[in-house]
Formats: sequence, C-alpha cells, structure tokens
Amino acid sequence: MAYAAGVDVGSTQTKAVIIDEAGEIVGRALIDTGANVIAAAENAFAQALFGGRLDEREVEYVIGTGYGRYRVTFGNAQVTEISCHGRGAVHMFPNTRTVVDMGGQDTKAIRVNAIGEIVDFCMNDKCAAGTGRFLGAASAALDIPLDELGEVAMRAERAVKISTTCTVFAESEVLSWLGKGKKIEDILLGVHQSIAARSIGLLRRVGIDPEVTFTGGVAKNIGMIEALNKGMNLKVNVSSDSHFMGALGAALFALDHIQASRVPAAVGGVA
Amino acid sequence: MTYTVGIDVGSTYTKAVVLSDDFQIVGKAMAHTGFKLAEISGSLFNLSLDQAGLKDADVDYVVATGFGRHMVPFSHVAVTDLTASARGTAFLFPRTRTVLDVGGQTMKASRLDDKAKVKSFRLNDKCAAGTGAFIEKTARYMGYSTEEIGPLVATSKVAVPISGVCAVFAESEVINQLSMGAPPADIMHGAISSLVDRSVQLMKRVQMEAEYTLIGGILRFGTMARVVREKLQSEVNVPEGELVQFTTALGAAILGHQRLRKLRENGVEISRVAETATV
Repeated sequence: MAYAAGVDVGSTQTKAVIIDEAGEIVGRALIDTGANVIAAAENAFAQALFGGRLDEREVEYVIGTGYGRYRVTFGNAQVTEISCHGRGAVHMFPNTRTVVDMGGQDTKAIRVNAIGEIVDFCMNDKCAAGTGRFLGAASAALDIPLDELGEVAMRAERAVKISTTCTVFAESEVLSWLGKGKKIEDILLGVHQSIAARSIGLLRRVGIDPEVTFTGGVAKNIGMIEALNKGMNLKVNVSSDSHFMGALGAALFALDHIQASRVPAAVGGVA
Repeated sequence: MTYTVGIDVGSTYTKAVVLSDDFQIVGKAMAHTGFKLAEISGSLFNLSLDQAGLKDADVDYVVATGFGRHMVPFSHVAVTDLTASARGTAFLFPRTRTVLDVGGQTMKASRLDDKAKVKSFRLNDKCAAGTGAFIEKTARYMGYSTEEIGPLVATSKVAVPISGVCAVFAESEVINQLSMGAPPADIMHGAISSLVDRSVQLMKRVQMEAEYTLIGGILRFGTMARVVREKLQSEVNVPEGELVQFTTALGAAILGHQRLRKLRENGVEISRVAETATV
C-alpha cells in the first residue's frame, strides 16, 4: 500500500494529512505554527504518521502548501493553498463550485470546476479585516475562548452593528459597546455578521455558484456558518475536517503524482 | 479675567486646556479616553482648573472637540477637531498652510487658507496602518511599551523596510525581521517610515503647501518629524514638548474666546456651566 501526504503550513496553524490510495484519510495532525516554521512542519507530519501508525518510508510523496510551503524541508513539491483548498473541497463535496476558506490571517474566495480545478479566486492580502483575526480580537476583548465565540453569538437576540473595518479598531469598538451596556451575545453576533459580510463581498467578486463549501479553521465556528448561510441565503457545506481541507488537497495532489509515475512503468518502464 | 476651556476627546487620549483672554495656557490635563467619555472629560476639566488655581465659576465658556465632542455634557458648543486644530496650529505657527495630525486611531491632513479656515481635508479613520495604533502594535510585538518607542527609535541609523499595509500583518513581518537579526530600533524606524509614507500620500491629496505643521500624539517621537522633513525635503513646524498633543484642545479654547466675544457683542447671555461640570 502506498501513502501520500500533504502538509499545510498556515499563518496560525500547521496541518498534516496522510491518505491511502483510495483517498481516505488515515492520519491527521494539527499544531500551532509558532515561530519555528520548519519544526512545525516536521512535528505535524510526525504526529500524522504516529496517528496512522505509519513509518516515514511508507509515505511515497509529500506536498507542502500554505504560506510556509517552502519550509516543508522534507516535501517533494509545493502547491499553492488555493489549489489545495479547491481540490480538497471538491473531494469532500463533489458538487462544490465555490469555496470560502477562512484562516487566521486571510480569507479566500475560490471558484472551482467539476474536477476541482481553479477557475478564479480572490483574497484579502492587504488587510486583516474579515479574517479569523477579527474573531481573535473579539475573543481577547471579551475574554471568551475562540472556540466558544460562535455558540455565544447563537444566543443573541439582536445584533449590534460593528462599524469599524479594521481589526485593530474592532477590539476597542467591542469594548465600547460593552461599556454602553450591550449584551455580549449581541455584540458577538454583530462581529460574526461583519466578518461574514466582508467574506461574502469577496465571494461575489468571483461569483457565488452553489454549492458553497466553507473550509479553514473558522469553519468550526457555528456562529460563522450561520452568518454565512443567512448572508447568502443558502446552506454552506462544512466537513468536520474543514481545517484539514488544504492539507487534504495537497495529499490528493501527491497521490496523483504517485499514480502518474506508475503508468509509464506499467506500459514499458520509461522512467 | 475671562477664561475658556477646550476639551479634545480623542480616540485614545482626552486633553483639556484652560486659556485666559490674553491667550496664556494657565492649566492643562490629559488622560486615556477609555469608554466613559462624559466622566473623563469632567474629571479632566476639574484637573485642569485645579492646576490653574481656578474654580468652575471662573470659566466662561467651554468648547468640546474631537471624536467624542458630543459626549461632553457641560460644553457650550462642539466644534470639529479639524476646525479646532486649524485654529490651534495657526495660533502657534501663523504661516501654516498644511496640517498633519496623527493620533491614536486617525490620521488627518488639512489645507488652510490665510485666515486659518479649512479649505480641504482628508482622513484615514478606517485602517490602523496609518495611525498611532500601528506604531504601538509594532512596539508591542517586540515587547516595548509606548513610552519606550521614542528612546528606542532615537538610536536607529537605518530603517528596516516595513510594508505597513496592515497593523495585523505587521506582526508576521516584525517576527520575520527579528528572526533575521534586524535590531528592534531599526524595525521601529521602518514602521515610522512607512507611517510617514502614508502621511505624505494623505497630504498630497489635499494639495499640500508650505508651511507644514505636524501635531498629534505620534509627534512626541522626534523621529517622526525628522523622517517627514527628509521625505518632504522641507522644514516642518512641530509645537514644543507636550503642546503637540494639546494643539487641538488649545484651538478649541481659542475658538471659545472668539465666540464669547461675538456673543457678548450681540448681547447674548451665556449660561454658567459650573454645576454640570462637577461629575
């Protein structure tokens, strides 16, 4: 049995996925990227191997992706995270035509065709507004753990409109609403709606073609899923492995490589 | 003697100035704005009067300005910070035609005519990259407090290029530069330099013209004015010492005297503010 791996070194977290020849995930790992990017890639890969009870030698091909993809020193090749998220999303949800990927510092809108190839994409690369960092700012201001924000927002009755665009100013705006006596859940709903609105703006620029699949670390947040659904008036696909979608896509590209390199051997051995 | 008070409720700091009718600053006070704007403006009003050795009843007119100007319950009138800072800079440097005001959360450029009237202005209040928050964040990523920025950057000779597109993205940039061995002072210098690039863009959009006067909290750091001088290839005015932060409040107090004179000429009775000011 041959195995393929994808390592997605993101701005905030590093993800590794190992798949078998059928494209099933057999090992996965998620760790904080931290300052030592090379070590983060190595550690995530080692943990995924351990989880799949595999030896490094059993993995034939490794592809690095994400902003730190060139720091995956043991990688055989690199593919951009845009391609990987598209590929991963279509693998999980074959009818996907639009992908929204929300990470720690960037949000991407990606249009794909039926085989997961990129048709168009758009991302925020100049400004952290509308990314996971906006939630991070709210989490810090309100002293609520990041993974509980969505649930708290779901209890809101009326959203407080967040008017600042900038993530840095959002933190003070959240505090000022709190000072004015607004409820935490209502403020948080406003925060989620504000991020969703910016992401939907990005999606409109590539065209919203259903089905829409929501990937990246923020896709674990129920409040954000709801805000996107309401904002676009549809239901986004979300996988429990949403934050592994980039790494999965990379692993699928690695598997392509393994399978392609076997064909010549079968027909007569042109190396 | 007639006294007015100018209160500038800024996004980060609130400033109060007590001004006599011979245009002497007899008291001033400053504190973090926080979120209780009425309370902070009341306590700074009292503090600045204490410093001047005056009582509430000695104050004839109170002018509020800054982003929180409508939240000062005891003010007679509210004026925009652009008008107030124009008046303040023209008082200190009468030949000023372009004002750059860099505060904690905003950056403003305005063009004045020879009567210190604002002819045109441009603001950046949507993005922290062009404001003091960008400098503060950059310092904090490297473990320095706001007070330490001035002394730190004064030791730098060359600036490390910092792109300055986003105060959040600056974190990764700073970490990258530190890991490549760049000294914190030079990174800070780079951050100030990128802020100045943004300032110059904003000033170009108001068709800047000499003389230039720079005000606002960021001008506490001498490096900022030095880099502006280099980029504009021109001399710039900077109010002395703490006055860089009080220019707008001073302008408000001056406007107070002018308005008071006009009202008295017209025989309008001015109500006292003493009781309402005691929060």
